Amino acid sequence: MYFNLITTIFFILFSYNVLGQKNYTEKIPGSKEILNFIFIKGGTFNMGSKKSEKGHFGDEGPIHEVKISPFWMSEIEIPWDIYNYFMSREIDNSQVKYTKGNEVNLEIDAVSSATTPYVEMSFGMGVENYPAICMTQHAAIKFCEWLSALTGKFYRLPTEAEWEYACRAGTNSSYSFGDNVEDLDQYGWFKSNSNESYNKVKQKSPNTWGLYDMHGNVSEWTLDQYIPTIYKTRKNLTIDPFEVPKKIYPKTVRGGSWMDNPSRLRSASRRPSSKKWKKRDPQIPKSKWWHTDAPFVGIRVVRPLNTPNVEQQKKYWNN
Amino acid sequence: MKNKNLQSEKSRRSFIKKTSTIASGLLAVPLSIEGMANVYGNKKLKLSLIGCGGRGSGATVQALTADENVELVAMADAFRDRIDMSLKGIQEHFDGSKKISVKEKNKFVGFDAYKKAIDLADVVILTTPPGFRPYHFEYAINANKHVFMEKPLATDPVGIRKVLEMAKIAKEKKLNVVVGLQRHYEKKYIDLNNKIVKGEIGKIRSGQVYWNDGGVWVNKRKPNQSELEYQMRNWYYFNWLCGDHILEQHIHNIDVANWFIGDYPVSAQGMGGRQVRNGIEHGEIFDHHFVEFTYASGAVVSSQCRHQNGCMNRVDEVFQGTKGSIEVGKGIITDLDGNLKYKYPYSLENEPNPYQVEHDKLFASIRNGGVISDTENGAKSTLTAILGRMATYSGKKLTMEDALNSNLKLVPEEMTWNSTPPTLPDKEGRYKIPIPGKTKF
Repeated sequence: MYFNLITTIFFILFSYNVLGQKNYTEKIPGSKEILNFIFIKGGTFNMGSKKSEKGHFGDEGPIHEVKISPFWMSEIEIPWDIYNYFMSREIDNSQVKYTKGNEVNLEIDAVSSATTPYVEMSFGMGVENYPAICMTQHAAIKFCEWLSALTGKFYRLPTEAEWEYACRAGTNSSYSFGDNVEDLDQYGWFKSNSNESYNKVKQKSPNTWGLYDMHGNVSEWTLDQYIPTIYKTRKNLTIDPFEVPKKIYPKTVRGGSWMDNPSRLRSASRRPSSKKWKKRDPQIPKSKWWHTDAPFVGIRVVRPLNTPNVEQQKKYWNN
Repeated sequence: MKNKNLQSEKSRRSFIKKTSTIASGLLAVPLSIEGMANVYGNKKLKLSLIGCGGRGSGATVQALTADENVELVAMADAFRDRIDMSLKGIQEHFDGSKKISVKEKNKFVGFDAYKKAIDLADVVILTTPPGFRPYHFEYAINANKHVFMEKPLATDPVGIRKVLEMAKIAKEKKLNVVVGLQRHYEKKYIDLNNKIVKGEIGKIRSGQVYWNDGGVWVNKRKPNQSELEYQMRNWYYFNWLCGDHILEQHIHNIDVANWFIGDYPVSAQGMGGRQVRNGIEHGEIFDHHFVEFTYASGAVVSSQCRHQNGCMNRVDEVFQGTKGSIEVGKGIITDLDGNLKYKYPYSLENEPNPYQVEHDKLFASIRNGGVISDTENGAKSTLTAILGRMATYSGKKLTMEDALNSNLKLVPEEMTWNSTPPTLPDKEGRYKIPIPGKTKF
């Protein structure tokens, strides 16, 4: 009896933890849109790739051990359907009520708004269930701040390390499904199967942790400054690395896109952002919000299990 | 548009007579040496920017990039803050790699500021809201300046006639004029047009041109703003300044139809309205237009432009010919059975920036004594879009002749900050909206 009670109490505590860390569905207030979040358990993994990996690039080495704290990640790339609300701001008055239980209590009016682009930014490739593209990292970060204000939960972009950890889903191979490029068609959109366009999210198989389109479709913004030699500086076990940006360019995008060859879609592949991504912006100053020449870049968001304090939160939305 | 604020002229005939007198009068005057295009050699070219918004600032950066020996000497805008923002943006772009400084006395503010800035230059950039363009262009050509000007070239037929007259004079004076219909400077469009000229899709019989998206910026009314300042700040939504989005934006696609067909339409009929974007901050323009343009050959082009969120977005041009079809967006030509015949080898990274190419060509031509004359096509494509707007506003079938001869004049000759704007709101702040079936031209 006594033993049973202990077991029961233990079970209740344990379930509470487990329940608190389950996958969940975020309903976007004031709209019919939903976003599913997958819980990613914390752990350690080998970041980077071996020189012998086909397509390996110098910035992917050496392989080093990284420890990642738990978080949730959106199972899909953010589609236009949701991103458009960030642009139009027409659902802002559906913001969750302020409560002490919220991870975030933020004046939604204080979150700056993306300017409306003069050029049509989906380039006619489709908007319903298609991933939003061409946003700058600044816009992606502000989207996270807006989503946080709207829902009361703390959302941000993933760090490079979190992204790679989630992409690998416990594997050390070139792709989350192994090393065989032949299998890529089952998991992702890339140059030779994309029909020269991005595609609707969630059409291909997810990785074993349930995340869709980590390989391909659109590359995804991370928080980090792109430093090609950074792995060489990480000697021992590195915990939650985050290279805080000191300048606008370059920052890192991950995952490869519908325009890329397979090797760019590998779990370890890193790509720096560039000023050239605004080449054809006809305005000066060039838009803070749009990369006219990056129809291959999109967003996926994360929510850390341990919510940072208000001061830290701001850092993730203002770098 | 039976609007009492719209001034009209006696007749087209007397207009032409009057302007041709002016034209020949001008020609009788010996050209100043600066007006002769072929004397520049390596001499420093002085540049003035008229209209210091984002596009004007962008064009200035491109001009300064196109040619080593260009100096920005003067800036003009209705608002001082726009001049300051523009100069800061240009300086930040070059980040010290080029010295950009405009003397305080050469920053001109107000409606007549353009004259003083144009006077100081060899080359001028005209990028104010399009309503003012005919007056600015006229002044620049009369002063023998080379010109880069943004599309559209006017918002009314009276303005177009002025631009067409000045186009002839510019040509006679061997002045270079580049118009910001940048598809004419875009590799892909040039390549596809060459295919059409070679007859790869036969004769074009029909086409569809699109600019459907969520619309553009809004600058809301601020306390203490005069009505005129509000309209100037929120110019996109006022016809005298902007000409509606069928003109200001969709002109790009309509112009491609004219270019690829090699002609201008003889008539237009269409429909439109403002169903979604109809707030108090949205002035008087429509949020959608659908126009059928008919050409002399019998070819018909459907033109659609929409500024509504959450609908199908598409900015594209598509044509069907007697031997095949062309889709510009995808860059493909197909035969009559839908088989792929050609694909433009597009490369995101290697495609030249057409906004830069415009200025590279302009300055090379000035240096080499060439003459680029984009004005006539720019004016005729502007008029095509105005014809489309007249058709959707009135609900009537109108001919190009109707539009060309129309006495519709939206922009007053002289304006000051004390002028009454050409359109005024009612007590609730709403403007008179065109009503198909009732609005007449």
